Amino acid sequence: MGIVKKLTAKSWSAENSASDDQHLSAISPHSSKIGLRLFLAIVTSLFFLVVAAYKMRMDLADWVPMPEPDLLWYNTVILIASSLAMEWARRAARRGQAQTVKLGMMIGGLLAITFLVGQLVAWQEMANLGFYASSNPANSFFYMITGIHGLHILGGVIAWTRSMARIGRGDDEDKIKLGVDLCATYWHFLLLVWLVMFALMIST
Amino acid sequence: MAVVIVLVLLVVGSVIFTFVSPYWFTPIASNWGTIDDILILTFILTGIVFVLVVLFMAWAIHKYRYDKNRRSAYEPENNKLEWWLTILTSIAVIAMLAPGLVVWNDFITVPEDAHEVDVLGQQWHWAFRYPGEDGVLGTSGVQHITFANPLGVNPDDPNGQDDILIATSQVMHLPMDRPVKILLRSKDVLHDFYVPQFRAKMDMIPGQVSYFWLTPIREGTFEILCAELCGVGHYQMRGKVVVEDEASYQTWLTTQPTFAETMSSGGVDAGVSLFDRGRLLAEGQGCLSCHSLDGSAGVGPTWQNIFGRSETMADGSVIVVDEAYLRESIINPNAKVVEGFDPFMPPYDLTDEELEAIIAFMRGEGE
Amino acid sequence: MDYVAPAEVEDLELHDPDTFITKYVWSQDHKVIAVQYSIIAIAVGLVALVLSGLMRLQLGFPGMFEFINPATYLQFVTMHGMIMVIYLLTALFLGGFGNYLIPLMCGARDMVFPYMNMLSVWVYLLSVIILMASFFVPGGPTGAGWTLYPPQAILQGTPGSDWGIILMLVSLVVFIVAFTMGGLNYVTTVLQARTRGMTLMRMPLSVWGIFIATILGLLAFPALFVSGIMMLLDRVIGTSFFMPVIISLGQQLDYGGGSPILFQHLFWFFGHPEVYIVALPAFGIVSDLLSVHARRHIFGYRMMVWAIVIIGGLSFVVWAHHMYVSGMNPWFGFFFATTTLIIAVPTALKVYNWTLTLWKANINFTLPMLFAIGFIVTFVNGGITGLFLGNVVVDVPLSDTMFVVAHFHMVMGVAPLLVIFGAIYHWYPLVTGRMLHEGMGKFHFWVTFLGTYAIYFPMHYLGFVGVPRRYYDYEGIEFIPQSARDLNSAITIAALIVGVVQLLFIYNMIWSYFKGKKSGPNPWKAASLEWQTPQTPPVHGNWGPNLPLVYRWAYDYAVPGAKDDFCPQNQPRSADAGSSAMVAGSAPSAEDN
Repeated sequence: MGIVKKLTAKSWSAENSASDDQHLSAISPHSSKIGLRLFLAIVTSLFFLVVAAYKMRMDLADWVPMPEPDLLWYNTVILIASSLAMEWARRAARRGQAQTVKLGMMIGGLLAITFLVGQLVAWQEMANLGFYASSNPANSFFYMITGIHGLHILGGVIAWTRSMARIGRGDDEDKIKLGVDLCATYWHFLLLVWLVMFALMIST
Repeated sequence: MAVVIVLVLLVVGSVIFTFVSPYWFTPIASNWGTIDDILILTFILTGIVFVLVVLFMAWAIHKYRYDKNRRSAYEPENNKLEWWLTILTSIAVIAMLAPGLVVWNDFITVPEDAHEVDVLGQQWHWAFRYPGEDGVLGTSGVQHITFANPLGVNPDDPNGQDDILIATSQVMHLPMDRPVKILLRSKDVLHDFYVPQFRAKMDMIPGQVSYFWLTPIREGTFEILCAELCGVGHYQMRGKVVVEDEASYQTWLTTQPTFAETMSSGGVDAGVSLFDRGRLLAEGQGCLSCHSLDGSAGVGPTWQNIFGRSETMADGSVIVVDEAYLRESIINPNAKVVEGFDPFMPPYDLTDEELEAIIAFMRGEGE
Repeated sequence: MDYVAPAEVEDLELHDPDTFITKYVWSQDHKVIAVQYSIIAIAVGLVALVLSGLMRLQLGFPGMFEFINPATYLQFVTMHGMIMVIYLLTALFLGGFGNYLIPLMCGARDMVFPYMNMLSVWVYLLSVIILMASFFVPGGPTGAGWTLYPPQAILQGTPGSDWGIILMLVSLVVFIVAFTMGGLNYVTTVLQARTRGMTLMRMPLSVWGIFIATILGLLAFPALFVSGIMMLLDRVIGTSFFMPVIISLGQQLDYGGGSPILFQHLFWFFGHPEVYIVALPAFGIVSDLLSVHARRHIFGYRMMVWAIVIIGGLSFVVWAHHMYVSGMNPWFGFFFATTTLIIAVPTALKVYNWTLTLWKANINFTLPMLFAIGFIVTFVNGGITGLFLGNVVVDVPLSDTMFVVAHFHMVMGVAPLLVIFGAIYHWYPLVTGRMLHEGMGKFHFWVTFLGTYAIYFPMHYLGFVGVPRRYYDYEGIEFIPQSARDLNSAITIAALIVGVVQLLFIYNMIWSYFKGKKSGPNPWKAASLEWQTPQTPPVHGNWGPNLPLVYRWAYDYAVPGAKDDFCPQNQPRSADAGSSAMVAGSAPSAEDN
């Protein structure tokens, strides 16, 4: 039943009553997936507002482009690889290949940690060049965006350790599958966010 | 039952209050009577809705009060009724919005022949600038501000040399019946140029120039208030605007110093006594927003009879106020704070000469 | 009809508490969490109430109270505003009522993520503690006004610019984290955990209001989060997001190039939906109070739902009506005035439908009904003054005057609070099993309703006179006549009386908890699901062995042909003509089985 039809139903009348009585709330997808999607919507709102602020601040007179360390490109590749590994694990989980799941998750998570370290090194490089957060507005945004994005990755890594623990314990297969699935979705999303943010920063 | 009576009394009382109470707009002094008209229109339309809704409700709760032998009517919705209500409400809303937008269009369309006045806000003080004989204001910016150039007029701009500055008196003049575009700048935080009798107001934002326009239509002296919270001295940031006929205005204008004059004489304060320099500084730096001269309570201790006074410090010690203490308290205010006050004053980075002037002023007030 | 065990709705793994600590402190039960949220919110709200009293003392009797100086006055104003809007109203409506009502009204055993729900309340407490800590740091709490406009919020010259503002921003960021954890729960629970038969359009309007408000909050709070972080960076490490070239109190600062207006856009992109985050739950809850106590279905239920959704959507495109005189591009005025006045239409329809619910009803003058009536009057009053301020050109003379203060206190201060009071009188029996004392409640109602009207109605006229807001003292301002100053004194007296009477309400809640009349199940004879639990108050898990099955919407009062005045949502239509006694209060799905 379409959403329009649902929201125009005359729920007091006896007409649809019989079918409404049978109405089941969504059984699938799992609530955790809905929760995650909702959370991603919030994060989208967050980064959308960052982009809006960036664009508005950019139009002001004192804007100068910031240096773009090559390292950011390498980090981007690492994050893509991390996301791919997660996807590999997710597909393996669907096929029930426990060993591959473990391997994919392990690679994905470690690559994400590598990315985080890489971003910290990029901060270091930037600071060594004499570009601090307060040096110019583009750099202020650079530190803020990478900071917020990094914190989100860090949150993902924490969730990942929980999933890994579950895999290590040899927990219930459905739970492992769910955990891997959620991780993969989150990873893809943060990759997408990073690509947009990175494109924004290098294009201006 | 009490509810019904109270609701009716509430409506009647509100209407009576509106007509009988003395609280109404100050008599208007600008061309923005049209704003008042839209406001009155809004008042009437919404007032009618308020009276009708509350009276209808009062009637309904009287008529349909609980009766155990009766049941409510079962009618989950009434599309026709709801459509009618939607349409009527929409019409009323359009009746308010459409003329409102027309007037807004007037408000933001500055007439070609409007003359310009530049207003600079700072914590917690007003300064004004008029174009000189060339009729053009010079460029300006916060980065040009120095003690001698308090309005930040660009010293290299030829247009600015003949600009007329009102740096300390906080009084501006405007000619009658001539549209004026008020340019608004700030050197520190948000302020808002607000003259109730003009009806118009606009925020002043550091880093950009905002504006509005009006035509004064009534002679008199009106108060300028700051209408955007700007710190502890917000409520004391007050100036005056004098609306007068063209001749008096021109006479007044010619007696005011131009930018070139003030710069060549070494700043607005050249040639005045140390005491007066101190007073100008105290006004310009905002000291007087917190320290009163008449003994009244403020954010900081009053300056009345401050010199030689014994003050108890927050740590219990007693200090006799002398030049050394005043000096320290300006440069490093929170080292020794008088009991009962918060360690709140920012340190001021003044030159020796300026310190001397301020202290001379504080001394002079006490004598 | 083949019976499907209600396990069709994922049954939650309930965290079964065994000790006092896990039951009442680290509890994962939504009902306990709701009470925890409410207690914290009310406690911090009392602080804000005291602050408002102090600030009124200064306005009514300037100079009489030595300890109130311009700096402390602004600190009172700021903390009062911020606490009331965020830490009381938002937290109480969503964290308190949302937590309590959503699972019960939807027929769920608990929120879908109970552990996160528990974290939410404790992180909320943390944010409150950080906020309260700012009273005790050097310089005190921030006095920048609740809007925290830069540059002044972080510059010398504003009280609390050294530590107060930092703690305020950190507290807000922590609050947003708490709210997000709670909000994810509320939305997901409504989407996922409704029991069988609970279609969207069978949900009570309380759930609709809280549901949409939570979505608004989840999408709008990021704007406050981002602007808070940016301002923290400006304040702490010297970036210039919002800071242009500034000479502050005679000193050139190291900032340059930023835009204060950028902050205002971000702030109000959050700030305007925030108004509806508070208003929509109030709209929803008051609809239910009216319906139950007028013994009539809500009039125009579908319109009420659509209006909530439409208002929620529109609230994201009206934010700049707070900025008509901010110096932004004046052409925005046309767009935002239009969108703002469009919102008036669905809002007005809600008002009409509330009054039409009372029309041809059978009205019990219970305490919740009194508060609901008080809400309508207050809300209509506050709503129509919104038409003044929303119509861009009328806003010009009125903005930043006492008219604005009166307007928003009526519409999003007093009106939602009246709903909160009504709701507490209504659901207190469900939470505790006892009724609140009626006499004290009536006294509380009359003083609060008439007192707040006496405070805020005349205050609009001070705005007409032109009296500016956020002023410590009006001494020496010539256009403000003595009569207006006298009016300020009168308002202060009314405010103090209203403030003190709130303590009686607190006393009533405590007294009734021990000595109140036992309510029994469903004392108001309400049809909605939360009153149909096997035990009152409901126990952990809410529904006993089987989840309830829902056969109708939440407003079946005075149904033609039905034997009883009301038909509970879990009563099959076939049972209408017979006695409902066997259904109400017992586990209905058992018999269906």
